[in-house]
Amino acid sequence: MVAPAQSLLTVNNIEVIYDHVILVLKGVSLEVPDGGIVALLGANGAGKTTTLKAISNLLRAERGEVTKGSIECMGERVDRLSPNDLVKRGVIQVMEGRHCFEHLTVDENLLTGAYTRRDGRAAIAESLEKVYHYFPRLKERRTTQAGYTSGGEQQMTAIGRALMANPKMILLDEPSMGLAPQLVLEIFEIVRNLNKREGVSFLLAEQNTMVALKFSDYGYVLENGRVVMDGDAKSLSDNEDVKEFYLGLSSGSRRSFRDVKHYRRRKRWL
Amino acid sequence: MELLNILFVAPFVDITSSPVFFAEVVIGGLMTGVMYSLVALGFVLIFKASGVFNFAQGAMVLFAALTLVGLMERGVPIPLALAGTVLVMIALAMLIERMMLRHLVNQEGIILFMATIGLNFLLEGAGQIAWGSNVKVLDLGIPNQSFEVAGILLNQFDLFAAAIAAVMVTVLAVFFQKTTIGRALRAVADDHQAALSVGIPLKTIWVIVWSVAGIVALVAGIMWGAKSGVQFSLSLIALKALPVLILGGFTSVPGAIIGGLIIGVGEKIAEIYWGPAFGGAIEGWFAYMLALAFLMFRPQGLFGEKIIERV
Repeated sequence: MVAPAQSLLTVNNIEVIYDHVILVLKGVSLEVPDGGIVALLGANGAGKTTTLKAISNLLRAERGEVTKGSIECMGERVDRLSPNDLVKRGVIQVMEGRHCFEHLTVDENLLTGAYTRRDGRAAIAESLEKVYHYFPRLKERRTTQAGYTSGGEQQMTAIGRALMANPKMILLDEPSMGLAPQLVLEIFEIVRNLNKREGVSFLLAEQNTMVALKFSDYGYVLENGRVVMDGDAKSLSDNEDVKEFYLGLSSGSRRSFRDVKHYRRRKRWL
Repeated sequence: MELLNILFVAPFVDITSSPVFFAEVVIGGLMTGVMYSLVALGFVLIFKASGVFNFAQGAMVLFAALTLVGLMERGVPIPLALAGTVLVMIALAMLIERMMLRHLVNQEGIILFMATIGLNFLLEGAGQIAWGSNVKVLDLGIPNQSFEVAGILLNQFDLFAAAIAAVMVTVLAVFFQKTTIGRALRAVADDHQAALSVGIPLKTIWVIVWSVAGIVALVAGIMWGAKSGVQFSLSLIALKALPVLILGGFTSVPGAIIGGLIIGVGEKIAEIYWGPAFGGAIEGWFAYMLALAFLMFRPQGLFGEKIIERV
């Protein structure tokens, strides 16, 4: 194996509690190498979104709190920083469900992404062109209010908006949500392109395990707020457990529900 | 038959028989309208920039005016008193952010609205405790002479108010549409969380919005205070701003002005020409009836943002 690339983001055994009582993450550790695409997999309620929000620190706006562990970005503790500071350091989240600014035009939506930048109008205009280069579809709709664009276009606007901040890393939450399979592939292709050409690292939370593993280098499987499995994308997609529970491919004959439960119990907890 | 006459014939006969008087009524209405608009603007600002309906806007008008008069009564020269009041309003905005808004990020609009009701009582009380509750005269030396143009009586003070309103609207419209901060403000109004996620610092934004709204409240307080004295009832003119907002749309700066003008002119004309049919005093409720009609047929107002619904 090649020596691991320098780590961009390290999450050390974090615990997240909502409203002072609800324990959502019970010790999650993960690492994103510089220039990598890392997938965070798992079912509904596994803690994928919470993990991303803990990193981007949007958690506090939802009365959540990182109570244990640490988050480091390029060797610096970032778990006490505001989202604004994190964006300035190059870590930005694209939230689940797009969250475009409905009443702003696509153009304006993208420009809000450059809010934290202080490198001048010319540089921002250049970034805008770059975003339109990656998302030519958006260019046609640049003067339309984002609320009136299609789901796919809104997802592109959300990703484009994050790109406008000139990020080193994008935390991408459920980009496939509510999109046609064709469009999901299109979006993931763009993610791959951005990663290859612009050197943006991605940590993406995804339920669509098949697509996510196809486009990422490494994956973590979350279950009930814990990482239960991790490995490079290839080994994960070959793993029998992952096949069974996340890819819906069973190797043998159908098992009864009781067997499945038994099978689950002997999961390897990390 | 007599009812029909008094509703549909007599008013128009009156209007056509004395066009100069009609023009005077219209201009009088426009001027009152401008004054309503000044108050409505403060609401629009905060609503547009944070999606919060600020019930305390009227109290802020009172508070600003009281502070200004209070400083002037203590012998502070006018320019210094103005600057001082602006500073007080900015400090107030910071306090509001710290004590109230910061803890309510990502809550329902209705919760924020209720918080502003509390703020309303607090400001009304605090202003009067600090500066006393008797009626005060505010004299900034704004000229208040009447003169005649083509037989129509005009008032310098009214024209001055109109000019101020025009300047404020222009500045605010440009600010919202063209500047980075203005864009960020609109973004915050649309989606707090998404705004946070792209690195827009909500705290700073809120302080900015509430400061600007405080300064707009000060301007409204000066104009109303100069016209009718600084007193508790200033905080009630906010109620008149409500129909203005419903007409113009909660999110539109020009809408606040047009809405104000329509309400101002509408209620004056209604009072003078249709008043007799209802036994007078239409002025008090005409605006609300108009607002009610608007709520039924065009709830977003004339210029408000449409509620976007994807199906």
